[in-house]
Amino acid sequence: MADQEGVGAHTVEEALESTLESVDQAEDIVLREAREMGFDEDEQHHIGISLRECLVNAVVHGNKYNSHKKVRLVVSRTPDRLEILVGDEGEGFDVQQVPDPLAEENLLRQSGRGVMMIQAFMDEFHVQRRHPSGTEVRMVKYLPKPR
Amino acid sequence: MSVKLTTRQVGDVTVVDAAGRITLGDGASTFRDTVRDLAAGGQKKMLLNLAEVSYIDSSGIGEMVSGFTTVTNQGGQVKLLNLTKRVKDLLQITKLYTVFEVFDDEAAAVRSFK
Repeated sequence: MADQEGVGAHTVEEALESTLESVDQAEDIVLREAREMGFDEDEQHHIGISLRECLVNAVVHGNKYNSHKKVRLVVSRTPDRLEILVGDEGEGFDVQQVPDPLAEENLLRQSGRGVMMIQAFMDEFHVQRRHPSGTEVRMVKYLPKPR
Repeated sequence: MSVKLTTRQVGDVTVVDAAGRITLGDGASTFRDTVRDLAAGGQKKMLLNLAEVSYIDSSGIGEMVSGFTTVTNQGGQVKLLNLTKRVKDLLQITKLYTVFEVFDDEAAAVRSFK
């Protein structure tokens, strides 16, 4: 694990195996950071579920459980901003190609809701291709200002 | 903790009490197998009690939808009971709150089956 401290900033970086156990491992890392930042329980739940959806996509659809491929996880935080990067080594993923899970004809599809859930729960969600191959997802959650 | 499922019979309605997490891996597959086994055994009236479900991901939701479709296609009904706020929020975000009949009272839910 790489753990870097800066002025008001904190970054944790991991290269995870392409297994479902990595999903739990990543969730533990991210939730620890979210707790330390002061996110409340509901916000932690939203961050956790978004992270799980993203990791599952990377392990299952990206790396297809390939033991030679890693999932890169980078968790960076400043006092009010949590950024999570998840990168896989798969063939690439075009978020525009995911059928709209809220369309009437797709409501009863078994899969295809993960990205929409992340978009609902996180403040920012970006997907880009990695070079030479793979997908990198960047998600951001801002700590609400105290009332 | 993965999901723990127990079934009980209330009249001709099968109530499935679920507790734990319904996520990709053990939880979602256990859930799928239980619903499919009940459907294969001829159960047509299923009430899923999610009061103790702390966490459900898109795979778990997918299994709920799949079970709903399987049972409905066989002429049966699947309804939901006692959603936690988090599960309810997820069903609203995914618009599935409009697909499932949801109840907060078990007796009322049991009576609603035709």
